[in-house]
Formats: sequence, C-alpha cells, structure tokens
Amino acid sequence: MALPQVKLEATEARLASLSLPESGAWLREAREAALARVQAMGLPHARDEYWKYTRPDTLVQADVPEAALFDAEGEVSFGDIDRVKLYFVDGVFDPEASDDPAVGGVEIERLADVASADIHWAKDVYGVLETRGQDPVERPLAALNTAVATDGVVIRATGKAEKPVNLIYLHRNTTSDAVLHHVIKVEDGAELTILENGPAAARFNKVMEVEVADTAAFHHVRTQGRDHERRAVTHTFARLGRESTFKSFTLTANGVLTRNECVIELTGNDAVAHVAGAALGDGDFLHDDTVFVTHDAENCESRQVFKKVLRNGATGVFQGKILVKDGAQKTDGYQISQSLLLDDDSVFLAKPELEIYADDVACSHGSTSGAIDEEGLFYLRSRGVPRDLATDLMVIAFVAEAIEEIEDEEIAADVLGRLEGWLERRRD
Amino acid sequence: MLEIKNLHVKLEEEDKQILKGVDLTVETGKVHAIMGPNGSGKSTLSYVLSGRDGYEVTEGAASLDGEDLLDLEPEERAAAGLFLAFQYPVEIPGVGNMTFLRTAVNAQRKARGEEEISAGDFLKLIREKAKSLKIDADMLKRPVNVGFSGGEKKRNEILQMALLEPKMCILDETDSGLDVDAMKLVAEGVNALRDAGRGFLVITHYQRLLDHIKPDVVHIMADGRIVKTGGPELALEVETNGYADILAEVA
Repeated sequence: MALPQVKLEATEARLASLSLPESGAWLREAREAALARVQAMGLPHARDEYWKYTRPDTLVQADVPEAALFDAEGEVSFGDIDRVKLYFVDGVFDPEASDDPAVGGVEIERLADVASADIHWAKDVYGVLETRGQDPVERPLAALNTAVATDGVVIRATGKAEKPVNLIYLHRNTTSDAVLHHVIKVEDGAELTILENGPAAARFNKVMEVEVADTAAFHHVRTQGRDHERRAVTHTFARLGRESTFKSFTLTANGVLTRNECVIELTGNDAVAHVAGAALGDGDFLHDDTVFVTHDAENCESRQVFKKVLRNGATGVFQGKILVKDGAQKTDGYQISQSLLLDDDSVFLAKPELEIYADDVACSHGSTSGAIDEEGLFYLRSRGVPRDLATDLMVIAFVAEAIEEIEDEEIAADVLGRLEGWLERRRD
Repeated sequence: MLEIKNLHVKLEEEDKQILKGVDLTVETGKVHAIMGPNGSGKSTLSYVLSGRDGYEVTEGAASLDGEDLLDLEPEERAAAGLFLAFQYPVEIPGVGNMTFLRTAVNAQRKARGEEEISAGDFLKLIREKAKSLKIDADMLKRPVNVGFSGGEKKRNEILQMALLEPKMCILDETDSGLDVDAMKLVAEGVNALRDAGRGFLVITHYQRLLDHIKPDVVHIMADGRIVKTGGPELALEVETNGYADILAEVA
C-alpha cells in the first residue's frame, strides 16, 4: 500500500539526513532490511492511530530540539548495588569510564566489534525480534533504530550473572541525537539483570532486544532521570521460552517527552512476563507507556502495572494490550493502569485492550484516574505533616504497587530511595 | 489555653450556618466535655478548630495560648500544639503506620526548630507508648488504619496523641464504635496523658465516656451554641433526663 503523501515526504526527509553505519556483512543485511521496512511503513505521523495521544513529530524530524543539560547534583542511581558500569556519553560508548566488562556468567561485547565478525549469534536476534514486533502494530522508530543505530552492547548470559550490568547514559551535548541498539540473549537456565539510567541525549532512540531462552530469567530495572528537556523513544522487544521469566520496571521523572514501548511474546509454555512502571510528571511532560503482550503458549502469566502521578498540566498515556492467541490456554493476564492527578490541568489517556482467541483464560484489566484523597491529606496535615510532604507520602503509596514488581529487594530499595530523593528535592 | 469567642461558622457549599456564636475557654490542665444532641455542631467545632476545608468562619475568633488558630494551616495548628482525635480515623493505604508516625513527629519537631528524632530513638519511644495501649508490632507495620477494627483505630489515635504530646487535645466522639473494654483502654490512655500542661476538650453523646475520663467542666451544646455549662453533675443529668429538659429550660 502506498504511503500517504505527507508521510512519505516526512519519511524521505528524515532518511535523507541519515546513512547506514558501516558494518560487517550480517549486520549490513539487517540494517538494509530495516531501512526497507521503514520506507514501506513510513515514520509515525500525528494521524496514526498508535500515535493518537503522543505527537511523534519531534521524534521524527531531522532537527533535534535542543535540550539544556541538567545538573543531577551528584545523584547516582543504583549506587549501592555491586554492578558492572558501562557508560555511554550522548550515545557513544566510553570504554575509559566503564568498568572491565569481564563478569562471571556473562559475555559483553560492543555492537561495532561484533559487526565485523562473519558470523555471530547476535545475527539471530538483531532486528529479528524487532521485525516480529512489527506485527500487528507497526513500530517504525524501532525499525529506524535497527537501520541506523551507531552503538550498543551485545550481551550473552550463559549462567547466573555474577552481578547486574548497568548501562549508564550521560547527556553532555544539548543537541545530541543518540541511537543505541542492544542485543541480549539469556541462555537456557541463565540469569541476568540489566540496570539502565541516565538521560542519554537531547533525543534518544533506544532498542533492546531480549531473547530469554527456556528456564532463563531476565530482570530489567531502569530509572529515567530528572532532565526536563530530554526526549526519548525506547523499545524493548522480548521473546520468552518455556518456563522463562522476564521482569521489567521503569521509574521516570520529568522529561518533556518519553515513549517507552514494550513488546513481549510468550512463546514457551509456563513463561512469566511482568512489566511495570511509575512515572512522575510535572508541567511540560508527556510520558507514554505502550505495551503489547502476546500469549502464544499455554499456562503463561503476564502482568502490566503502570502508575502515573501528574501535576501542572502533565500528560500521561497508557496503551496496553494483551493478545491471547488461539491455543494459548490457561493464560493468566493482568493489566492495571492508574493515574493520580494532582490538579485539574493534568491529563491521563488510557487505552487498555484485550484480544482473546483462546477459550480457557483468565484476563483482567483496569484503568483509573483520580485526585488525591483529600480526607487522607487532611488527616496527615492534622498531625503536623506539611501539605507537600503529606502529598508526597501519598504519591509514594500510590506508586508502591508498581515498585513492588521489582524482585530484588536491594534494587527496589534503591529505586524507592531515588523516588524519595526526587520528591524531597522538589519540595525544597 | 484554648479560647473560642463568638465563633460563627457556615458550610462553604450550602451557605448553612452551623455554629452561631460559640464561647468557650478550656484552661490548660483542665478537661472540658461538650455534650449535645445530634446536629448541634459539636463535630463542626472540632473540624473548624483543626482547619478542615469546607467551613467558613463568618465571625469570631479561636486561639491557643494566645496564637490565632484560624489563620493557620492544619499542620501549623498541629505544630502549635492542637490535636484532634478523629471520630472516624482515616485509612491511608500504602503509607505504613510507623512511617506516618515518625514523619508526623519529625515534621512537628522541625516546625518548632527542634532536631529530628533518630530512627533508633523513635523505635524505643514508640515501643514504650504502644505497649501501654496494647498496640502490637503488626499494627505499626500495617498501612495507616487500614484493616484496623474500630477499637484499633481509636487506640491508634491515642498513640499519636501520646507521641505528639500536644497542648490541647480535642476528642471527637472517641467513644463511638467502642465496646466497654475498648473504651476503658482508650480512656486509660487519655488519663495517662492528663497533665497540668495539657488541656482536653472531650466531645461525646454519652455520659459513659465521662465515667472514665472525668471532666472538670461540662458544656451542653445545642443549635450551634453553648447553652449550659456546669460540673460533672450536668453530664449525669443528661444521662438521666436526656437533653429535652435542659433545652426547654434554656429556651
């Protein structure tokens, strides 16, 4: 089908300013195929159904809107966690700043290094899960990423990873346009935790493809920091084998525009996928969680838990879908998206969807928007707790259900501490 | 000393006058009780004093130890030493009782320019206070008032009072929803806090609470005013004859 003229023009204009990075044969093929996908589907447009609530123009246009640098005042996410730190500055890996990537149970390589190899396992994942994730809903910015990503890590867990791998994204240039693509494979029975934090760039496009093999476990915890002006579109594509586990949690504060897409395919029986997020928006802020979980095997469990706290005209978006294919019997699917609106100017837009073709499943979903409980607020204040602190206590209580999705207690405590720190700084 | 002068209050939304000139002084160290029929304005008085939204003071004044209460935010009133034990303590899902209590104690300390209490010291303090009110570790761990029985909620109110050590305590129908044993426990908690430096205003329908918390002064409130003031014997009179006689007498 031919693209509408406006879309064709916008796509061509964007692609004209890009070129495919030099790569070895297998990666070049993957990039060229991705470029062809982008050309066929066109980049997102405001009139696309899937972009109804989030304007894609600043993510698509060739010019990067400037984003002032933000001083995080020495704040460090996951500071108390024993982890391997890998730094990217405006989307470029910084080997000097990074830790030695030799960790027990894990092989870590740089995308550029594996690209030159004639054959590499990453070939079976890079762009592959992204391509699978294009159906039934197109995700052109992910295909664009596959085509033009300039850096990234390729990680394979062969056993229980000795420690988490922390990808840290620093922002030093006010007009940087970072495109990172990570490929992760967790082999049979292996376990890996990936931590991510930092604003990354003025504009950030990141794809992470995760193959979770039979009985493997993958944990992902991410904090998207307090930069006010950054923009980000991220995609996580995961394919789960039998009795495997995938758990992902994201804490977001500030950022003028964030779209986090998570596309999960449960392809082996008895697999478990949890994806959760807590977002705090203030003022010029749009946060979009778009989740698509496909059950294509029996007796799998999926959970989506998303909480948003919005004030001063901030906008929250949730598009969440559970697709249960024919034959995916005994599916247990759950989805909840809730917003706490701290004033009348803030907006929460939710589109929860269930599509079920199996006849023996339990799926539930709910979505709510509400103001803060004034009775509770008065009760706290009557005990001497100032209004802003009382509000924050209730905000923490509100998002707690999402944070509880983090399995590792130490990491969960770190995330909670980060949230409390952000709220405290906001009060001061 | 709590001083209320000619206090007129209406509901903001309904333009309905609830308090029509309340005059009341509760001296430090004394226990005053307010009794009165339903709808006389007793609970409104407690809410207005603690700063709840939805009420408009159209006339009059209220002060605690000379400080004008009505201009203050609820948290400032609390820091000034006012405490309201709620008739219906509010459930706050997700906020741990212990976190809540420590936050409240530290917020008041901070407002008064005092140092915050350390986690260790607070734990010691709360263990000691909770024990006498038969509040177990589980109740401290659970979210504020969530899943608490009526008696547990009221004991939790008294625990807060004991921790915050206010100068003036208002008890709004603290006996409602309590069985005899629970009421005794709550009354013992209150009595343990009776002190020369602390005043109490006990709002109740029934005399029975006053068997346990013996008042120095009893006021009868009706139609938004204090219509009669006397000693403890006034409460007994209400218990025996109801409000009708007193109201007829002052009409």
